[in-house]
Amino acid sequence: MLYAILCYHNEDVVGSWSKEQDAAVMRKLAVVQDKLKKQGRLGPVARLLPTTAATTLRKENPPLIVDGPFAETKEQLLGFYLIDCKNLEEALETAQELGEANPGGSYEIRPVGVFNSGEALT
Amino acid sequence: MTDVAWIDAALTAARPQALGALLRYFRDLDTAEEAYQNACLRALRNWPENGPPRDPAAWLIMVGRNAALDEVRRRGKQQELPDDDVISDLGDAENEIAERLDNSHYRDDILRLLFICCHPDLPATQQIALALRIVSGLTVRQIARAFLVSEAAMEQRITRAKAAVAKAGVAFETPGAVERSKRLGVVAAMIYLVFNEGYSANGGTSQARAPLCEEAIRLARLLLRLFQNEPEIMGLTALLLLQHARAAARFDSDGAIILLDDQDRRLWNRTMITEGAALIDKAMRHRRPGPYQVQAAIAALHASAPKPEETDWRQIDLLYATLERLQPSPVVTLNRSVALSKVEGPEAALALISPLEQRLSGYFHFFGVKGALLMQLGHNEEARIAFDCAIALANSSAEAAHIRAHLDRLVKDGAARRPQSYLT
Repeated sequence: MLYAILCYHNEDVVGSWSKEQDAAVMRKLAVVQDKLKKQGRLGPVARLLPTTAATTLRKENPPLIVDGPFAETKEQLLGFYLIDCKNLEEALETAQELGEANPGGSYEIRPVGVFNSGEALT
Repeated sequence: MTDVAWIDAALTAARPQALGALLRYFRDLDTAEEAYQNACLRALRNWPENGPPRDPAAWLIMVGRNAALDEVRRRGKQQELPDDDVISDLGDAENEIAERLDNSHYRDDILRLLFICCHPDLPATQQIALALRIVSGLTVRQIARAFLVSEAAMEQRITRAKAAVAKAGVAFETPGAVERSKRLGVVAAMIYLVFNEGYSANGGTSQARAPLCEEAIRLARLLLRLFQNEPEIMGLTALLLLQHARAAARFDSDGAIILLDDQDRRLWNRTMITEGAALIDKAMRHRRPGPYQVQAAIAALHASAPKPEETDWRQIDLLYATLERLQPSPVVTLNRSVALSKVEGPEAALALISPLEQRLSGYFHFFGVKGALLMQLGHNEEARIAFDCAIALANSSAEAAHIRAHLDRLVKDGAARRPQSYLT
């Protein structure tokens, strides 16, 4: 069974970490990730860029593009894609295509800062 | 992270919102700051035991407000302060206040807090010091270190700035759309000043001043979270990120400045570049170009070139032309001339900057660029004269040394070195 672990935290707080604090957390996480990798259990890991870099596509008819992260608490995170795109324009096109296949709700489009493909898991 | 480090980060993060709201309640900066300090002291006692509150800012606002009201009452009646336990029992109260603190309210609170630091009577350095003290919550010692002045001198500077702000009075009513957008522009300029104060440091002081750049980025992101669909705030944030991404490559081991073309691009921070580029992407969709967006787009083109030779100078030239239109200035034209020399050659670039000579006669970079263009055309004698002017106007030994290197090459082999962008 594959599980996704979704990381939530107060962005203001994480953004207030010093470079050293941030690096210390990353080092500790890397230890856990290494262990998982050796066990062949690690899938892709991504650290997202701040929500200020996010754009949201509301899958209405016609679709509505708004700046910023998805903030509705009435809806829940049900899944995610990692897709290679040239730029925001292409990412939005892809999201709209997906939205046509599955209307309703929203897609938050957020650039990835750090990515580890986790090749241990196939 | 330790308890203390965690609480520290939480207090820093909550500061602008909490202090902004307290300022709205008390309409007096000193009272608001005192209330906030009080709330922080109680947080340090209360949070390790009871765990973090769900909404640290709301907690600090309520506790700070109560503490200040108690203080007022105490002064009036000489009554005892209520027990900590009474104040710390915040379960329900926290919920209630969190709901009242809707986004639009605290957005104007934070903007106001930033805005009062930008009082037009205050010189730029005081605006920056005040913002770092009030909004960022850096200590006087930290700010003094970044400005390379004594703590006493910085203390005095901040006290004077606060007095000026108090005297000026602040508009506490909720700003209308026009006023809000005016404030936003002023605050953005102030954040850029904070950044440049750190960025313009030389190699010897860059370490001490780097926190200014990081703080400016934090403030820009804060502003962008409050005003999510303002393309110029996206542009500002992108610009700061893209410039700061080069920090590790800008100085050699002796602290001498390394120009863009000569930097080791592997040292550039890729995550910051990605974020900057993503923000420009977002901003461009609005089709409302502004100076920050254009400058960020130029920085992004430099950042995306794997090698200096692969820089898209044609696009950079076009962007500088746009910037000349949006924000005409001889310095912008001078910058454009470097791009133009790469696209159309040195004659075109010289023709572009010749009319600027009078206005830029005291500007080091003008003569540096002029000399390099002349050298490229083989006008060595004229180039030498321009370089001599540049050396006379150099602001630092590093700048002078850089021009001397040009002169040496001129003497040695007359090698035509193409003019370099003097970006770093």
